[in-house]
Order: sequence, then structure tokens, then C-alpha cells
Amino acid sequence: MHSFDVLVIGGGHAGVEAACAAARVGARTALVSFDLTAIGAMSCNPAIGGLGKGHLVREVDALDGVIGRAADAGAIHYRMLNRSKGSAVWGPRVQADRVRFKAAVQAIVRAQPNLTLVQGEAAALVLEGGRVAGLELADGTIFNAARVVLCTGTFLGGVLFRGEERYEGGRIGENAAKRLAEQLRGADLPMARLKTGTPPRLDGRTINWAVLEEQPSDGEAWTMSSLTPRRVNPEVFCAITRTTQAGHDAIRANLHRSPLFSGAIAAAGPRYCPSIEDKIHRFGDREGHQVFLEPEGLDTHMVYPNGISTSLPTDVQETVVRTMPGCERVVIVQPGYAVEYDHIDPRALTPDLQLRAIPGLYCAGQINGTTGYEEAAAQGLVAGLEAAAAALGKLAPRLDRANSYIAVMVDDLTLQGVSEPYRMLTARAEYRLRLRANNAATRLTGLGVEAGCIGEERRRWWERREATREMFHVKHSQKVHARELADLGLSVRRDQGERSLAEWLRYDGVTPEALAPWLGEVTALDPLLAEEMAEDAAYAPYLARQDAELRDLRASEALPLASDFPYGEVPGLSNEMVERLAKAAPGTLAAAGRVPGVTPAALSALLVHARRVANGQRAA
Amino acid sequence: MNSTPTIFALSSGAPPAGVGVIRVSGPQARAALQALASRVPAPRRASLAKLRDGAGALLDEALVLWFPGPNTATGEDLAEFHCHGGRAVIAAVEAALAALPETRRAEPGEFTRRAFANGRIDLAEAEGLGDLLAAETELQRAAALANLGGALSRHVESWRERVLVLSAEVEGVLDFSDEEDSADLPECFTWNIGALATEIGEWLARPRSERLGEGYRVVLAGPPNAGKSTLFNALVESEAAITSPIAGTTRDVIERSVAIAGVPFTFVDTAGLRAIELGVEADQIEAIGIDRAKGELTRADLVLWLGPEGEGPDGAWEVAAQADRAGFVAKVAARFTLSATTGEGLSGLKTTLVASARDALPKPGEAALNARQHARLTEAGEALGAAKRLTDPLLVAEELRRARVAFDRLIGRATTEDMLDTLFGRFCIGK
Repeated sequence: MHSFDVLVIGGGHAGVEAACAAARVGARTALVSFDLTAIGAMSCNPAIGGLGKGHLVREVDALDGVIGRAADAGAIHYRMLNRSKGSAVWGPRVQADRVRFKAAVQAIVRAQPNLTLVQGEAAALVLEGGRVAGLELADGTIFNAARVVLCTGTFLGGVLFRGEERYEGGRIGENAAKRLAEQLRGADLPMARLKTGTPPRLDGRTINWAVLEEQPSDGEAWTMSSLTPRRVNPEVFCAITRTTQAGHDAIRANLHRSPLFSGAIAAAGPRYCPSIEDKIHRFGDREGHQVFLEPEGLDTHMVYPNGISTSLPTDVQETVVRTMPGCERVVIVQPGYAVEYDHIDPRALTPDLQLRAIPGLYCAGQINGTTGYEEAAAQGLVAGLEAAAAALGKLAPRLDRANSYIAVMVDDLTLQGVSEPYRMLTARAEYRLRLRANNAATRLTGLGVEAGCIGEERRRWWERREATREMFHVKHSQKVHARELADLGLSVRRDQGERSLAEWLRYDGVTPEALAPWLGEVTALDPLLAEEMAEDAAYAPYLARQDAELRDLRASEALPLASDFPYGEVPGLSNEMVERLAKAAPGTLAAAGRVPGVTPAALSALLVHARRVANGQRAA
Repeated sequence: MNSTPTIFALSSGAPPAGVGVIRVSGPQARAALQALASRVPAPRRASLAKLRDGAGALLDEALVLWFPGPNTATGEDLAEFHCHGGRAVIAAVEAALAALPETRRAEPGEFTRRAFANGRIDLAEAEGLGDLLAAETELQRAAALANLGGALSRHVESWRERVLVLSAEVEGVLDFSDEEDSADLPECFTWNIGALATEIGEWLARPRSERLGEGYRVVLAGPPNAGKSTLFNALVESEAAITSPIAGTTRDVIERSVAIAGVPFTFVDTAGLRAIELGVEADQIEAIGIDRAKGELTRADLVLWLGPEGEGPDGAWEVAAQADRAGFVAKVAARFTLSATTGEGLSGLKTTLVASARDALPKPGEAALNARQHARLTEAGEALGAAKRLTDPLLVAEELRRARVAFDRLIGRATTEDMLDTLFGRFCIGK
């Protein structure tokens, strides 16, 4: 009989981060997967990052996670989305060679101390007194563990749809974890179904690239992980094509054969990443939709046509792709399909991603109703850190809406639940100006060091960087007179007197480059940090204004609400509000204010009632 | 841990009065009884005690009561001293209390705030109490009802919705620019922000609700013996006095708050204007008085000018007073000719004053902004103004978010602190 502190089920992006994070903190950890060779597989789009998602990757990396380093190891195409806008919404995105990405993940996982890999099918949880006590495998092996992290993705009750065809399983060619799903259903957890989809994979040799517009890699130097010193792979280009009227006609003529429209799939899909049949159905008047042809790797001819996820029958898929310019003779290697799967209503989770109903059981990734590798990885990290901290009697890093997208996502999920697959968006982060992808390390690595989840290599990097930051601070606090700037040709009024360099950086047209005479050679020590600190200075007035807001938030966060708070007894709350609050079980008054539909008056009533309850307990 | 200070205040009317009730609330209430009355009586039983200060000097003989928390009006330990209501006695007992450790005078509304925070009364009760305390005239009651009925909240909700739509447009540009449907901002975007900012500007320009508390401020000005005080007395004497106007800062002028036909007024009799009016060189001490009088003229909603015609401040009403006197000089363009002594012309003046005040004060049934709401709405207006000027969509989005936060705070969606501060800041001490 083996026993572990933390047991992680699933070797996808969530499972990998959960297992490695728990092991980094020092918990004896095991990762159980159907197939150890599938660990780190990218089952859909061969891209990591993007708007909002790039922030998550950088944050996971800042806490010494896996996904950023693996993305760099596999990256064959880099783009900084939104580069023309403010840096807080820049979205670093790479396309990764599937094979290299997976190899990098596996190398990191295998090198991780405290982590045991177990190949096997998770059959059932072992429960004792309502708590998790371990896991039983299909072959009868039992592992003891007081903390289990479920990262089962779409494997939970997953059904694949393509035209009239149906398959069970989360990803083509693999089995669904049916017994485990039955057990969870039996536990009477709030569950629902969602769907997602993937496009057909094309043979790149059958695409006429010459007629298509190229989209090159950006040729810059940035990387996903702070620990990746430089880009390692040759960079390839993508191409852009479009769907056409002829293709749309073919889709319309066969809509009844799509499980989405025949009624076979009733679950909600992502509005942000709709299937091509959804796009045609909803925006029928558009002449065509852009499709990015993305190479899946350096050693494969497979191409991922981004933008035409579909569950239409194979013959219709072929007709449609061949109406796209450059694809007239294209061959489909693997047709697209839709997946419908079970997820747990994430409002059943506490902010550490633990199920309130089954203490010791943590959930991360698609099982919580999210979509995307990055969202999965970030939740895996949280669940792994929390489970390990709980097992070892330590504290996990304190993440909140003002310091990370990770916390924004977890807070959204656990308070608001999901009605469609949850995707990270920068709009979800109210303190977006302070949560930039390029300052993730500044925001989080220090917290990670305190929590003991940062490895040796990153810790040394961090210490060097902090030392450099001190030097920048000294430089930035130098006072310079407006005249001196004006003499250099900068557009500042000469009569504005003396200000620190940090203050001057708030002025339009005053860039770090322009201040080079004062900043000196220190910029060259760490150009990325130099850029970050210049942005901090530029955004400083906005951040100062947000501080008042944050003080209010912290005050309301100081008012705790018990998970069994008797919402039904609060005078003045509607039944609907009572139900939503009871489902989300907000931990504080501030969190209650973020539950949808809770009115200001209801908050006051809650505040008063919370005091009354507290008084009653004192009196008793 | 004992971080909550103990507070005390006179909770009965202003001295001198028959009885002065001083209430003490907080962890040191018991100690206060012990210190002043030398004993703690049985709970909820009135008993007679000699009150002494720290030096042992007798202050008063009083009824004392002891209410152990949490089942008290404030939810805390509570003590009451029912003293004789003379100023000196009250002042002495208060001084003795203030000398005790961790004990201080209550801030306005603090008792009610503690009662609310300790779950002794709910928000509706607290609001009801606040409005009851504040409204002394018909006009005040009507405006309070409009705000209670949610007129302002409804407007804020609709502005908030409009800002949300604008936010969604910017967020679309920010979050979906990598996808094909990422149009630039629509052309009418900036125009829409401007329209909203204008509408909010109009609200900000409206009379504020404090005006109802302060009353319509009428200053009587003119040289000595012009009949100011006689008119002042005639205007205020027969009318219902308002006892709780927001206190003026000027002490060397006489002011009285009254309600005429349900409209709140504050009449101010200025004495310090003599020097300016007569062109006399002012000595130093008088200069201070003059400055204050000038301040009064600036603060006034209306000046009744009883001096020589044409020499009053701009916009003042020319009043020819003392029409009953021998040697009365009529004004050519007198708005009113009257005699406060005989009552001639007085009712005409009052009627016109009421009409003028009604125009300047919030309309009955129309929501009016108080200072806090005004500040929040100003912030929303500023944020929208900035959003209109900025070009970086990221900063536009931040300004729109700031406007939303301001709206949220205005109606208490974002935080309860703001709302509670306001609510309880309005209450009188000790109620």
C-alpha cells in the first residue's frame, strides 16, 4: 500500500501543474494518468497564450509552473497580440510544436523531486467519514492520500460527436473515466454539461501556401518564461485564408446533420470560440470568416485551421475546407469533432478549489467549466499549491483579484459559476492596469518564494532581479529639471521645475530611451525590468486612484461569512438571492457583493445579519 | 483585545433643560459608572447616586442606569446618567467622563452607527430614523420621500447601464482584436460619452439636498439703524423655528432658521458690515468682523438691502424699510416698501421670498443630491470627461470603469462603508 500527501488524477495541463506545484512545496505527490506518454499533450489548438491567457501563462510561470517553460521549448511562432495598445492588454502568444512541447513537459515532470508517476485508470475515490482518504485504480490498487486533485478534463462523462457518429471518451482514441463520473454523480454534486469542439487537421503538403497571405513570427526576443534566456527553435510563418459563400452554403445545407443543431448536443458552448456552423448560423450575412492556418510542428505536415471548429459530418467538412482559397485540394488528416462533457458547478468549490461537499477533493481545469490550456494550468497550480499547503500545514501564496488573473478566475468561478465554458479575458480583471503580463514575476514570485513553491533556479534569478530593481529605484528617484529635458528636445514646458525621473515618465513622449542620459547603463542590466518599471511610473496616477478602491475592498473582506450562513433567515433577501448566495457560499461580505444579482440593500441586510449571528453566538 | 473606544454624549436636548441624559456606550461603560457613581447598580434599574469626579468633588446627584451588552440600544455595554440639566452640571459630568481611559465624546451619529454595526437595527430602520431626525419642514419631507422612493437610484442605474454598454464596446476592441470581429470603436462612441457627461453635468448643477437642511439663506444688510434687526425679528418671530440647521461658522452674526409655508429659511442679521458700508477705516479687530460679514454676503442666496439705494451688493433686493417712520426715504426702484413695526408689506415680502426659495431649493418630489452623492457623481463625470479625451482604449476602459465604480459607490453596490458613513454622519449625537 502506497501513501501520498497529494494525489493528482490526470496528466493534462491542470494535472501537470497541480502535481508539480504540490511537489515543489514539498508534498509527497503522485500523478495518476491513463497513459503516461500522453502527459503534456495539446489536445486542441497548438498555441499557448493570447489575450488574457498570456497573463495566466506568465503568472503560472512566476510561481515556477511548467507551462511557460514548455511553451518556449516548443515555440515555433511568436506574436504579441494587442501590441499597438497599452501594455496591460498585451497578450503574449506562441504556437508550439506539439512534440517538443510535450517532451518538455514530460522532462520537467520526470525531473521533479517528490513526484511519482503512476500509469493506471482512476476507478473510484476512497472516502472515509465523508472525507477523501485515497484512490482506487481499475486494477484494484489502492493509494492512500488525504488530498486528491481531480484534473480529468473532458474525460468525465465525455461524448464525442461528429455528424451522426458518437464516441465515448474525452479525446479521440482515449477512454472516458466513466466509473469515476458515476461516483461523483452519486455524491449528488451539482453538475452540468458543456460542449467544446475542434477543427479538422489538414495535411500541409496539400495546401497551396503560395497564394495565401503570410503571417510571420514577430522576430522579437521576448519569451513566455522568465527562465528562458532566448528563443530556441526556428520560427515558422502561418497563413491566413477565409471561408467562402460556397462553403457557407454547404454548411447551411447540412446544418441538420450537425449534432449542435439536430438537438444531440444541448449543452452550451463557448461564445468566444464558436464552431463554424454557429458562426454561419448567427452571422449569416458575413461573406467569410478569417481562418489561420497554423503549422502544428517542425517535423509534421499537420496544419491546424484556427477558426473552423466543427462537428459536421466528415464529408461536409471536406467540402467546406476545399472552398477556402489555397485549400482547393487539401486533405483532411483527422476530421473535427465536438465534445460534450460533465463539469462540476464551480460554486460548489471553496476559493482553494476544494469541494465543500467532499473535503480533501480538489478540482481543476475543464472539470470546473473552463476552456483553454492556460485556464486549466492556472487552476491546477492553485489546487496543487493549496492541497500541498493543507497537507503540510503551510500557507499557499495569497492570491486576490488585485494581484493576479489567476485569482480573478478562481473568484469568478466559485462565486458566479459558469453558463458557458469560461475563458480568461482581460476585461474580467478590474485592476487590469496593475496586472500586466510583463509584471507577473514582480507581482507573484516574491509570494511564491515565501510560500516555498519556487525552485532554486528561479529563486536565484529572482534575487538578482530584485537587486537590479533597487538600482533602478535609485535611478528613478533622481531629480531632473524641466529645462534639462526641454534642452534634449522633449516636449515638456520649461517652467515645470524639478521632478523625479519616475514622475517625468508619466508625461507623454517621455520614454525611458529619452531619459537614457540619467538612467545610464543600468537599463542594459535588465531591459525587461527597465521597461516594466517605466510602465509602472506611467500608470502610477491610475494605480494610486485604485488604492482607495482597494482599501474599501479589504474592509469588506474583513467581514467573514460562514459557509453555512443562514441566508434564508436574512430579512429582505429574495428567494433567488438566497439561492445564489447559498450556492456560491461567499467567504466574505466583499465576495457576497460579487455574487450576481446581490443588491446594495441586500448587502446591508447581510452585514447586519452577520453581526446578529455573531452576537447570538457570543451570547450563547 | 479592547480596541473599541467608549463613547459618551448628551442624548437629551440642549441645556439648559430639566434633565440632561448622558449616555455612555462601550467596554468602559461599567468602569464609568464605577468611577463617577462609585458603584454599578443592578441591570436595568434606575437608582440614585452622587456623582463625583476623579478628585472626589461632588458634581451632581443623579439617576444612574446600567445596561450590560449585547442586548442594549447600541449592542454594547451602556450606562446612563440622568443629571440635572444645567449647562455647568452637564459640562462637569462630561469632563469627568472624558478624563476616563479609552473614553471620548461621540462623533455625530456614532451611537446609531454602532447600533447598526452591532445588528441592533437594520438599515431601513436606521434610514427611517435619519430622515425623521432630519426632516423638519414639508419640503424636506417631500425630497426625502423622493430619494427614498428611489428616484436617484433609478437614474444612477440607467447611467450605469449606459456606461456598461460603452465599456463593452471598448472591451471588445481590447479582448477580441486578434479575432475578425474586432471592429474599431464605433464613430458615435465619443459622442455617446459626451452626451452622458453632459446629462450628469446637468444633475450636478441642480440644487443640493443639503440646501434643504441649511435652508434658503437670506442676509439682511445695510447700515446701522436701517431697520435690519426689526425686520429680522418680524420675519422669524411668528414662524416655526428649525432647531437643527447645519451650524454656521459665523458667530458674530445672528442667524435663525425658520420654516415659512413649509420652506426652510435661514435669516442672517449682519452687524459687521458697518465699516464697509460707511466707508469708515476699519481697525484691526473690526476687519475680522468685516471679513466674516463679506463671507456671509457670498454665502447668501439672497441679500435684502436696507441701505441707501444702489449701494448694496449686486443682485440684492432693494428694501425700503421703516415706512412708518417720519423722515422715511422711499426708494425709486424698491422691490418692497414695508414697515416691520406695523406689518405693512411684510406678507408680500414673505410670499415672494417663499417663491424665490422654492426655485432655488430642490423641487418637491425631485431627487436631490447630497454632498456625498454629489462627490461621487462628480467623480463619474470627471472619469467620463477623461474617457472622452483619451485615445488609448486601455485608459478609456479604465476611466469608464472608474465611472462605474463611482456609480456603484453612490448607490452602495460596491461598498457598504461609504453608505454607512453618510447615513450615520447625519445623525445627531446620542440619538
